[in-house]
Amino acid sequence: MNDAARPSPEALLKAARREARGRLKIFLGAAPGVGKTFEMLREGAELLRSGLDVVAGVVETHGRAETESLVAPFEVLPRSSIEHGAHTLAEFDIDAMLVRKPRVALIDEYAHTNAPGSRHPKRWQDIEELRDAGIDVLTTLNIQHVESLNDVVAGFTRVRVRETVPDAVLDDADIEVVDLPPDELIERLKAGKVYVPHEATRALGHFFSKSNLSALRELALRRAAQTVDRHLLDHVESIGERGTWAAGERVVVAIGDQPGGEALIRAAKRLADALHATWTAVSVETPRNATLSADARERMADALKLATGLGATIVTVPARSVFDGLCAHILETRATAVVIGKSRRSWWFELRHGSVVDRLVRGLDGVAVHVVPVAEAASSKAELPTVRAPATRGMLIGLGLVTLTTIAAIGVQPLLGLNSIDLLYLLPVITTATLFGLRPSLVASVAAALAYNFFFLPPLYTFTIADPQNVVTLLVLVIVAIVASQLAGRLQREATIGARTATENAALAAFGQRLAAVSDEAGTATAVCEEVAHLLDVSTVLFARDGNRLVVIGASPENPSLGAIDMAAGEWAFDRGEVTGRDSGTLTASDWQFHPLETALGVLGVLGLAPNGRGDPVPADKRVLFTTLMGQAALAHERLTLEANAREVSALKQRDDLRVTLLSSIGHDLKTPLTAVVAAADELAAQHGASTITATLKGEARRLRRVFDDLVEMTRIEAGALVVRREATDLTDAVAAAAQDLRAELASHRMVLEVPPTLPLVDADPRMLHHVLINLLGNAAKFAAPGTAIRVNARRTPDGLAMAVIDEGPGLPQGRETTLFDRFTRVDGDDMSGGTGLGLAIVKGFCNAMNLGVSARNRDEGGAVFEIIWPESSIRHSLPEQTQL
Amino acid sequence: MTGQILIVDDEPAICRLVRGAVERAGYTVSEAATAGEALKLARREGCELVLLDLGLPDRDGIELVPLIKAMHRAVIILTARDATVEKVSALDLGADDYVVKPFDTDELLARVRTALRHRSAMDDGSGVLAFGSITIDLAARRVLRDGAELKLTRKEYAVLAELARHPDRVLTHSHLLRAVWGEAHTQDVEYLRVTMRGLRLKLEEDAASPVLLRNEPGVGYRLTVT
Repeated sequence: MNDAARPSPEALLKAARREARGRLKIFLGAAPGVGKTFEMLREGAELLRSGLDVVAGVVETHGRAETESLVAPFEVLPRSSIEHGAHTLAEFDIDAMLVRKPRVALIDEYAHTNAPGSRHPKRWQDIEELRDAGIDVLTTLNIQHVESLNDVVAGFTRVRVRETVPDAVLDDADIEVVDLPPDELIERLKAGKVYVPHEATRALGHFFSKSNLSALRELALRRAAQTVDRHLLDHVESIGERGTWAAGERVVVAIGDQPGGEALIRAAKRLADALHATWTAVSVETPRNATLSADARERMADALKLATGLGATIVTVPARSVFDGLCAHILETRATAVVIGKSRRSWWFELRHGSVVDRLVRGLDGVAVHVVPVAEAASSKAELPTVRAPATRGMLIGLGLVTLTTIAAIGVQPLLGLNSIDLLYLLPVITTATLFGLRPSLVASVAAALAYNFFFLPPLYTFTIADPQNVVTLLVLVIVAIVASQLAGRLQREATIGARTATENAALAAFGQRLAAVSDEAGTATAVCEEVAHLLDVSTVLFARDGNRLVVIGASPENPSLGAIDMAAGEWAFDRGEVTGRDSGTLTASDWQFHPLETALGVLGVLGLAPNGRGDPVPADKRVLFTTLMGQAALAHERLTLEANAREVSALKQRDDLRVTLLSSIGHDLKTPLTAVVAAADELAAQHGASTITATLKGEARRLRRVFDDLVEMTRIEAGALVVRREATDLTDAVAAAAQDLRAELASHRMVLEVPPTLPLVDADPRMLHHVLINLLGNAAKFAAPGTAIRVNARRTPDGLAMAVIDEGPGLPQGRETTLFDRFTRVDGDDMSGGTGLGLAIVKGFCNAMNLGVSARNRDEGGAVFEIIWPESSIRHSLPEQTQL
Repeated sequence: MTGQILIVDDEPAICRLVRGAVERAGYTVSEAATAGEALKLARREGCELVLLDLGLPDRDGIELVPLIKAMHRAVIILTARDATVEKVSALDLGADDYVVKPFDTDELLARVRTALRHRSAMDDGSGVLAFGSITIDLAARRVLRDGAELKLTRKEYAVLAELARHPDRVLTHSHLLRAVWGEAHTQDVEYLRVTMRGLRLKLEEDAASPVLLRNEPGVGYRLTVT
């Protein structure tokens, strides 16, 4: 299989996730009144008839008898009441539905906004949770509630809805368009068959015009087609087919401070969807950003937030100008399309700042530039850069400087002459421009020109200018004031941004160093909490999982106040790996915002943030910094967890190694006295004649030796210290050698060896196989009565080769056939024959190491059978060529 | 017999007991507890065989094997370690045999006799080895069983002849493969396995429980003639 045809893992994952989750079917309509609820109920009824468990969660009948009769067959879940001020609101009861857990739930109005205090702010989030629980959901939606189409619809209908659903949820839903030709819809409207909220009646005339309805209908059909397209794509990808569509489309949208950024983002989202592209929202951090008003900052933050919500990646690029930053980013990421807004700014602004649009079109080859017209900033005047120092103070100082210059000039005039005096006046102008900016320096330049004129130009002590050349002097002073103030201003702003970036980098570096220095969980937790709290100016708390519940492992400031809802939000973030709490999509009533620390090992912790004031705990301009901090914190946690695991493993390994060494050396030391014992027994026999005593002595010494060998081998098996040396083995050879070694123990039994010489050679470690055979034969000799036969039978099987050691002993205890191979398992009667309970465990350990199967069973005729299985793969088929024999 | 045997072991109890058994069998004995001492004694006139323990205090016993073999003494390894690799390397360095502790005194004496006889058999040079019903005539390149000539393949004969030149001694796989198939095939154990199988079918009473051609797992083969 080549790479190109392999199913992409993402696609398979998506498919798998779709399998496990509940399915979502959306009945999509162009406008209210097309019959979505009706269609949903009809399909629900069909499912009910086919025997599925269908429950109605929310069905808006708007009091119409026709619809109510359709709801009748369903079990309708009671709504929960939520107190809101003086009102009691009836809301969909998600917990009741989760407890009831039907196969299919009918829930009307996908885009509905829940009453404050509900678990999720939006109904679509409730539905997501139901789907996570494996419940299929049927729901209804009007096209104007789709996030990315919101502007488009508002553009031609002039009705903007606040309730929107993100496009992403539509992407993995089945969509059925409930279609009704505009004429018929208008008919139904006139017949009063369409429920319209009272307050919306005014807009109706316009909204339900034929042209609007046609446009909405087209949008709905297109959106549905797009989803079908997407599903097809996922399917094609998951079965490993690569089509002909251009791979790697990347859309970049530039976010500025102008109003209308949201429209820009929605446009980019639509483009990205159509191209099946990933998209990135870029905000370029230019020196000008430092001078933005609070409103403009808020707008940028909102725009970035919306982009995140629509699935964009957020990037902040520091650069001298928007153009530079955008170009650099586009080239770096090899984006294929860029979406920018074209604002109707004044020609004056364009002249000074250059049109980013024009330069992009000219400067980027092979990148499609999409220009989206954006509404004019109504208050652009109000957004002129705020003056850095109080202007009046600057002007006064400027005037003072001019006065001083004048006095000095009068003093030096007899020495210098008139021609150099004008140069002197540059001094106060440039100084004022550098220190206080444009307006004070303009005032200073005018004052300087006037003073020069009044005191030095003929006619003296009048403001009349006789010589046209002096007009030029005046103009030069004004221009110098403007240029100098601009330059100085820019320098200062760049320095500010540079300083901020440097501060952030230094903070990150310090954070990294601090994390690297700590080596325990508590230290890391404290470091993460303190650093994040310091850098973002928030309160922080860090949770980790201890058994079943979350525990606080760090906080800054210490002892945070956490209520039940905060803990619930924390749990949620931990379990789902989602951002929860304040300003998120889930449990928004919490004062805290919780971010999961996601690592390759899963979610290792949850960081909670609470702003020390109002607003989003992670402001848009700090988002990149925060993401980096979280990444570092997660890495640190992952490192600690891995280290702890490694320590545990290495401690175990060391202990095992020690055991092997210890036992090996004990075994070695024991063999010397054993040798002496055997030799002494032989000596005894030689001097006084052989007796049962000397024979017993020798037999026991041999057994003691085997016990020790067993112990050492068992320790090796457990420590994973076995080294397998496979070689071609003739089973006849192997069995004969084992029988030869055990001849003393087997002397009183009849050995029947049925290992035909025609069997193929097999792979085995000779030492291990020998040990296995010795243990099996020794076992048989131990349990089977003297005089009985011990058979070794080897035969070819369809999938390999089987060798059995068969005895005529009492057989295995019932039901112990598998536990027999566990360590220290001893069979009744073992005590008498002095088994260690290790023999069979070693048989199993060695067989496992050699990839051989091993099993035990009783024979119908009585006696036990131990069988070793060689799989086909361990059989040597290729015999040497005849010439070599 | 007059052969002098050197016992090298740092354990006095073992030395004493082995000495008793060996002397009772009619050999004269000397003892060494260290490698240095062992080399000195082995060099002496009259020493024919060294019983060498591998765990010596001053030097790894295995290093002594080639040194002692260079003095034309027989070497039997006494080892407490049951590692095939160690046995094989001792044999490949020239050791005549090995005995694993704790050993049976009779078995040790049998190995001693074999090693010494082998030396005299080589001196004898008649080229005929007869045992049980089998006669191997190395000069005439013939093998007889109960007086009838056995048809062996070339390789079968070559393997058997190599084993017959060292009766009762274990020859490692690589030794046999090198002698019969050449240097390039010292790892091809399956050649040897298949050839041995053919030999067993022709020589043994019951090929399933061989008594003449003994397998030493992971080490080699031994032709048992006594």
